[in-house]
Parts: sequence; C-alpha cells; structure tokens
Amino acid sequence: MDLSYTPKQQAFRAEVRHWLEAHVPADPLEHYDASRAGFEAHRAWEATLKSGDWGMVTWPKDYGGRGLDLIEWLIFEEEYYRAGAPGRVNQNGIFLLGPTLMEFGTPAQKQRFLPPMASGEEIWAQAWSEPQAGSDLAGVRATAVRDGDDYVLSGHKIWSSRAVFADWAFGLFREPGSERHKGMSLIFFKLDAPGVTRTPIRKINGHVGFAEIVLEDVRVPAFNRLGDEGQGWHICMATAGFERGLMLRSPARYQVAAASLAGMWQARRNSADPLLEADVVRAFMNAEAYALNIYQTASRLSAGAKIGAEASTNKIFWSEMDIHLHQTALAILGADAELVPEPGTLRRGDHDWLDDYIFALAGPIYAGSNEIQRNIIAERMLGLPR
Amino acid sequence: MDFTLSAEQQMFAHTATTLFGNTCTPAHWRTMMQHDRAFDPDRWAQIAATGFTAMLVPESAGGLGLGEVDFALIAQAAGYVALPEPLVESAGIAAPMLAELAPDHALLRDPAAIIAIAPAANPVVASADVAGAFLLEKDGHAFLATPDTIALTPAQSIDPLRRVFRIGWDPAAAQDLGPADWTRATDRAAVFAAAQGMGLAQRAVDLAVAYAKDRQQFGKPIGSYQAVKHHLASAQTAIEFARPVMLAAAATVAQGDIYARARASHARIVALEAADQAARAAIQVHGAMGYSWEVDVHLLLKRALALTGCWGTPAFHRARIAARLFTRPAGPDQTFAKEQSVA
Repeated sequence: MDLSYTPKQQAFRAEVRHWLEAHVPADPLEHYDASRAGFEAHRAWEATLKSGDWGMVTWPKDYGGRGLDLIEWLIFEEEYYRAGAPGRVNQNGIFLLGPTLMEFGTPAQKQRFLPPMASGEEIWAQAWSEPQAGSDLAGVRATAVRDGDDYVLSGHKIWSSRAVFADWAFGLFREPGSERHKGMSLIFFKLDAPGVTRTPIRKINGHVGFAEIVLEDVRVPAFNRLGDEGQGWHICMATAGFERGLMLRSPARYQVAAASLAGMWQARRNSADPLLEADVVRAFMNAEAYALNIYQTASRLSAGAKIGAEASTNKIFWSEMDIHLHQTALAILGADAELVPEPGTLRRGDHDWLDDYIFALAGPIYAGSNEIQRNIIAERMLGLPR
Repeated sequence: MDFTLSAEQQMFAHTATTLFGNTCTPAHWRTMMQHDRAFDPDRWAQIAATGFTAMLVPESAGGLGLGEVDFALIAQAAGYVALPEPLVESAGIAAPMLAELAPDHALLRDPAAIIAIAPAANPVVASADVAGAFLLEKDGHAFLATPDTIALTPAQSIDPLRRVFRIGWDPAAAQDLGPADWTRATDRAAVFAAAQGMGLAQRAVDLAVAYAKDRQQFGKPIGSYQAVKHHLASAQTAIEFARPVMLAAAATVAQGDIYARARASHARIVALEAADQAARAAIQVHGAMGYSWEVDVHLLLKRALALTGCWGTPAFHRARIAARLFTRPAGPDQTFAKEQSVA
C-alpha cells in the first residue's frame, strides 16, 4: 500500500489543472437537457476538450484517447470537477458504451464509433427501458429482424436520457419469438433515422432530459450490432457493472460538493441549526469514503481484478450520499431553500443546491433502482437464494 | 498510488484468521462464558508465538517493526471472532507507546507480556487482571506501574467476553516515563477499533446469511424475501464503504498530522456504525432466536457497543474530523493530503 501520488501523477495533475484553467468557460453553460442551444454548447465544449486531447484519457491513442490508467483517470476527473467544468453531455457514450465497445467491439467498430464519441461529434443516448420493461429489463419486447446485411428494428423505448437532442442511441432488441435473457442483441441506431419518432418527456426539474422513442421498421446495418447475435444480455450486464462500479459517478463530484457545503456552513452557521454541523461533517466523510473505495477499486482493477457484484454497493452509496448532502444544504439555506436562483446569477463553481437536490432524487432510480441493487448484493455477493 | 495489500500482509492476516478461527469458535465462546472467563492462556501463548504481539515494536526494541496496516488486518481478524484476549490494547496500542518512551524496557522483549493501558478518557481498564504492567495517563505523562501497585475493582461490561476494572494507583509508586503522545495512542486505538469493527460487522452479516438460507417460513428460505435481503445488503454496503477508510487510516496514521487523525476518527466512526448496523440487522433476521442468549449475534453487538465508547466518544472523533474539514483545504485533490513539514 502506498497512498501517495508518484511524481508522474503529480505532473499529470498539474498539466490537467493548467489546461482547464485556461479553457473552462467562466460562465456555466445552459444545461444540456434544457434546450437545443444548451446541448450544442456542451457539444462545442467536448470539441474544445478534444482539441487538448482530453476526450477520454483512458482510451488508446488510436481511438481518441491518451492511453492512461485508471488512477490518472481519477486525477483527471478530480481536476475536472475542481475546475467547475461543464457536465459531460456524452456520458452515455464515453462512460457507458465506450468501455463496452472496447471490450466487445470489433476493430472496425472501435475505429468507426470511438473517435467521434471521444470528440463529441456523435453524442449518444441510452435506450434501455421500455414501457413494460424497467427493473425487469429482460422483458424487452422491441425486435430486430435480420434482412440480409441489415436489421429492421421495431418497438418502443422510454426514459432514454439525452435522446431528445442526441445523435445515436443503443438498446436491446430481440429476435422475434425469443424469450427473456435469450435472443437479445445490443444494437445502435441513429436517432434521426427514417422510422424513429422521439417524444420529449419533461423531468420533475422541468428539463426534457429524456425521451420516448418509437421505432417503426428502422433499417440499420448489421455492423451496428455489438458482440454476437443473442449476446445482448451478457453485454448489457457488463455495461451496467461499469456504470454502477466506476465510471458513472466520479468521487470528485461529491468531494467538490462536500467542500462547498462546508464553506456554506461556515458562512451561515450563526443563523443555522447547530445540529446540522454533524450532517456537514457526515457529507464530507461520505465523499471521502466513496473516493477511497473507488481508489481501492481502481488499484484492484489495475492489478488484474474484474468488477463484480460489489459494484451495486457503489450505486447505493453514492445515490444515498448525494441526497443526504443536498438535504443538508437545503436545511442550512432554511427559508431561502425554495428560491430558484435568478437566471444568470450562478458563476463557475457555484452550486445550484436546489436543482442538484432535485437531480439527486433520480439517483436511487436510474441505472437500476436501489431495490434491484440490493437484490443483486444479497444474491450475488452474499449468496442468498433468489 | 497503490491501494492493494502485499502478499506478505495477506499471509499474516491469513495466519491470524486461521489461528483465531480454529481456537475462538462459538463453542469456545460458550465454554468461556460458562466458566466466567475472558482469557485463554493457551491461545495467548499461540498468539505470542506467531509474533502478533511484537508487530508494532521496532526491530531496534526487539520487535518485528511492522506497520499499522499489518496489525489492522490482525485486529480485523480478532474482531471477526470477538477475541476476548487484549491483543489490540496490549500489542496495538500499549506496546508501541512503551517502545517510543522506553525502547530498552524488558517487557518489549517478552512476547507474552500483557501491557494494560489506561488513558484518562476511559473509565475502566480492559483485561487488567492478566496484565503484567500498566501504562497510565496523568497530566499528559505516561506512568509505568507494576500490578502489585494497582488496586483493581471489577466492573461489569455488557460484553461477557471482556473483563474491565476500575483502577486505583499512586503516581509515587509508578515510574514516570515523561510526556507521552496520547494523541498518537488515540489514533492507533481508533484505527484498530475500526479494524475490529470491520471484523464484527462481517461476522454478523455472515451469521445472518447462513441463518437466512436455512430458516424456512411460508415454505421458502427467509433469505429469499426481499425485506430480509435488503437489511443484509444495506449492512454489507456499510461495510464496503468503511473498510477502505479503515485501511487508508491504518496506512497514514504514522503521519501523525491533522489529516491522519481525521481519517482515523472517520474510520472508527463508520466501522463501528457498520458493526452496530450489521449486528442489529442480524438480530432482526434471526427473529426471536436473535434475541436469545443462545444465538451468538448478541456477542458481536455488545463488543461493538463496548468499543464505541472507549478511547473517545463518536462526538470526540467527529470533532477531530470537523477540525480537519474547517481548517484545511477540502476537495478532490486533498484525499491523500498530508501536512507539509516546515523546513
């Protein structure tokens, strides 16, 4: 065990910090789910990141990355959040589909999809859920019918994050007549393809953060299938493991918020409930614990281990920590808590505690509800019967 | 940056797990309780023979010169069996303190020696009846006393495998070792309480899992019901987010700065909370059986309760974290911060 950074890692941190200081926009961008303009502003930011070669630092150079390891990725993320840089509009691509493509894609698929993903030229939405298949994802009904070198896709997807404005989506489609976990394939489709209809759905924060997607005889090349025909469930589980385990929520996000919370507490403690100090300290402890857990996981993976069912504990921990942290912030704000910030008053690094609180409430639901995560922990980590 | 344990560390921990697992069985707990004993001389001799008592004594003072991470793994294994003997107090806290103050002391060269330690914060002293010497706090100094100069009054701990005593002593009859670093002793105590808490917590979950697989109600194992699963999944989640804090605290405690102190306190708080959560979940999962003296889970609950109060309350330890949070930079680049030494 050696919990200190090497000189190379320290130099890397300095390099990231220096570049971000010079490039992060001074004013926060409009949220990518709020409007087409906000979405495109974030795409432009991804292009700026790409100009510095920061699109996805862990990917091989050939695919638009820098070939760095997971500890360097954590350092990059720490500096990214510390700098108050814009949210990653392409997170469904770079954090979710990207690692899966790296593992299951053919060289031609990697060459086709990864570089424009790293640069934000192609922004991805996920299309996991269907109206009848949420927590029970194996109940997916959308179909892929093979026709020569193509598939013809039909079905109904919903709660697709980023799908209102994104370019591409990936989802599970089954061979007609197949059942449950068998016969499903993971297939990519363009969201503006003939036969695709997107209907925006407003979230409780008012943003059109997800869409309902209807596919009517949408023709895609078989090249757009990741892995073997019928391997979709297996691939999907690998994707979910990465999402829950490591990449989806950087510890840095919560460490920045916890440090801001401590600052707000010190500024307002004279007018706030003194009992809240324990919650401020707890928010800091939680963020630290999450960071240490992720560093330990990154070390384990670097030593050759694979992510397993313990990834589900991460998802529970960060989602519950996020709600507690923001509840504490609102409690400190007291009567001011309900007030939405005036447009244009938030600067880089300022926290919109109210909007972030509303966002945090989604945490226990998406990426597999926390009830499902607890089932996974109980059955696959602890070995309890199904 | 490397957060993995070395092969040697894992081997040492495996030795402890095997020794404790073979000798400190539930049947043995029962035998000790029936005879109202909390010390097994045979096991203590085996513990001394493995070198666990000499781990934190420097080689120059006759010890193995190992680090707090190494010992934390042993303490974790001790927690898993709710070890009655004072391994952690004597070898984890008292011996390294004595080695700092009196490196030539003969006690340090006797691996079977038991050194009881009495910080001012603790109302009672554990295993004082078997101690060969006492390290006592007064006005920031450490005093070393022999058992014949100490008046022991037994007190009753809720933990039946722990012997505690109120003590009376006269500084004039003890050896003044001078000003001592009681904060460092508190740091080590916090880290090793955390390590024991991790062992206690995992044992509670493991006992409950075994029972929930076996016990049938409504025609199915109760472990197949989500209400039962979710109790244990939550307890396991608490463990998974306390263990890396405990290991990081052990790895940095020797820094002795405000960051290391805060992390030790953090580890202690969350590990003992995890132990309490897991033990209570295990009692609930066992149902009425869990509330009976015959089922072992209460021993884990009681050990966690005993550890939670001594060497500083949770409020004391939270204040140490607050001191770090409110007087030093916080944020994602500060996870592994240490005080810069002033040249």
